[in-house]
Amino acid sequence: MKRFEKFSSKSILLPTDNIDTDQIIPARFLKITDKSDLGKNLFADWRYSSSGELTDFVLNRSENQQRKILITGDNFGCGSSREHAPWALVGYGLRAIVSTSFADIFRNNALKNHLLLITLEPSEYSQILATISSSPETEFTVDLAEQKLSFDRDSKEYSFHFPIDQFSKRCMMEGLDELGMLLSYEKEVANFEARLPVYPL
Amino acid sequence: MWSQSSMSKPKTLLEKIWDTHVVVEREQTVVYIDLHLIHEVTSPQAFTGLKEKGLKVRRPDKTFATIDHSLPTLIDSSNSRLSFADSMAVKQIEQLISNCKEFGIELYGLDSPHQGIVHVIGPELGLTQPGYTIVCGDSHTATHGAFGALAFGIGTTEVEQVLATQCLFQKKPKNYAVNLEGKLRRGVSAKDIILALIAKIGIDGATGHVFEYRGYAIKNLSMEERMTICNMSIEAGARAGMVAPDETTFDYLYHRPLAPKGAAWKEAVSRWKRFPTDEGAIFDKEVTIDVSSLEPMITFGTNPAMAIPISARVPDPESIADSGQKSSLQQALSYMDISPGRQLLDHPIDTVFIGSCTNSRLSDLEQAAKVFKGRKVAVKTLVVPGSQSVKKEAEDAGIDLIFKEAGAEWREPGCSMCIAMNGDQVAPGKYSVSTSNRNFEGRQGKGARTFLASPLTAAAAAVTGKITDIRSLEIEIL
Ligand code: SF4
Repeated sequence: MKRFEKFSSKSILLPTDNIDTDQIIPARFLKITDKSDLGKNLFADWRYSSSGELTDFVLNRSENQQRKILITGDNFGCGSSREHAPWALVGYGLRAIVSTSFADIFRNNALKNHLLLITLEPSEYSQILATISSSPETEFTVDLAEQKLSFDRDSKEYSFHFPIDQFSKRCMMEGLDELGMLLSYEKEVANFEARLPVYPL
Repeated sequence: MWSQSSMSKPKTLLEKIWDTHVVVEREQTVVYIDLHLIHEVTSPQAFTGLKEKGLKVRRPDKTFATIDHSLPTLIDSSNSRLSFADSMAVKQIEQLISNCKEFGIELYGLDSPHQGIVHVIGPELGLTQPGYTIVCGDSHTATHGAFGALAFGIGTTEVEQVLATQCLFQKKPKNYAVNLEGKLRRGVSAKDIILALIAKIGIDGATGHVFEYRGYAIKNLSMEERMTICNMSIEAGARAGMVAPDETTFDYLYHRPLAPKGAAWKEAVSRWKRFPTDEGAIFDKEVTIDVSSLEPMITFGTNPAMAIPISARVPDPESIADSGQKSSLQQALSYMDISPGRQLLDHPIDTVFIGSCTNSRLSDLEQAAKVFKGRKVAVKTLVVPGSQSVKKEAEDAGIDLIFKEAGAEWREPGCSMCIAMNGDQVAPGKYSVSTSNRNFEGRQGKGARTFLASPLTAAAAAVTGKITDIRSLEIEIL
């Protein structure tokens, strides 16, 4: 995995609460055996009409192409455990999601794919919404090392600190491979297994 | 390790399981997994990862696979085989078959008498046991918590990690006590309890927590009813839901094909008996529901928390202050094309689905059959048993005949219309009453509109063609 570097981008705004992973990537796209093409089908049922034409959904607006930050409502990513959801978000080109809260399984899946989840206090989130509604072209800077999301508004700099568990942060910052770390515990796992009760079947 | 001395701090069921599964405690805890269940949809990329890295499956003996999500439920009469319409589904299934073969994993596949929805067959086979840690690339893994196991859904990267190491990095979840008191009234069932809980605490009410269902009501429910409740824990954001193992649990497991036998059984039961939460253990959160006050529940919106008692009125977005909540309710009602303030009773419907890992076990089908008996369906109705064993048991008891005589379709086991990946789906704009667990937009097919309810309520809708209070029908021994 690549190291997660500081970056800046304008944002895409989708301020709906409780967006579930069935919306992020509908189940009919889960029949793949690899990870390709998921970005194209991100939010497919909101993005394309039944006849396959583009709708006026935010992701389809020309100014929103290439943006790397999604700003969205409470409890983003609830529902199914499909990792296809972060794969689709990353496949589309997003690198950070900003919300007031995220669902548990989605959080694990996202961080493992180095998609940063930025959880803000409701008051901070409201300020972000207000900023975007007055200046949709605001540029945000995401700094994982400092755990800071910052932007300028009316020539004043705002900076919000966000929490992240230190293990996930280290994995993302250093581009660590979790599986490699788990494999390095081989001896501990073997010792643990030696103590397990065995049932003759 | 966790024997309870008089000095030790009282622990919850969750804490006891957690403490017995910690392999390494560093900046993040490494937890051992006792049972790993896999299916065709969330495993292919994990196996590819193993192959790319040249890794083996560490414990094929603790890994079991089945095929459920994209399996057709209709038999092609020309060749007596399942009629696949979709080449991608076929490829995905073939890949699971070859992966299981290559890595030495037991697969309950297309020709197995044990095939079925992963959360139905685990318990049925006796794979699911108290005190276990259980994972599956599927959020409804919480179902297995009904046995006093810590069972939770994981993503595909984690599936690969468990395949390779039998371990996961985990953060210890918090304890959430759900006290279910009282006795259910006629026509009200386990599904109504869980829908009422989710409606009460909200779709993210339990994020970061694991439920322990406690109290008089849960003790008096069967294992199948407990599974229905634990199954939907995730719909309130809980990572898992569990019930302390008791005699009901042991009776269910005794003689299951893969449960311990003989002396090992006795040893297991005496160990299992130590798992229930100690007197005085502390929960981080707590909620109490008197189930005797519940009515049959039904959802009206596009997430499972948007549920109301069947005779209640649909809430009005105008009465909600929070702008995010208000807009999600508006969006939900517009998707469902339902006006606020109305009752759902008598709302016409187009399809009924009885099935899914929430409600496709024998007792669910028996309940529905009581309603179908002597009646005809008014709308297209699919009855999809959760597993080959459930199907066989139902057929041995003649329940399939009741469904068929009523004009319902008796299908082959699988996830079917719960996730609509296999061709079984609700048409755009049409309404279904479904015993499954998710009413998200498009869940049962693009544009499909879902009302979640119990098997009794779904059956009542099937025979009347509209949303109906089951208590208004005359049913034997309700
Ligand atoms: S029945 Fe539905 S919820 Fe259950 S495992 Fe299958 S798709 Fe998932």
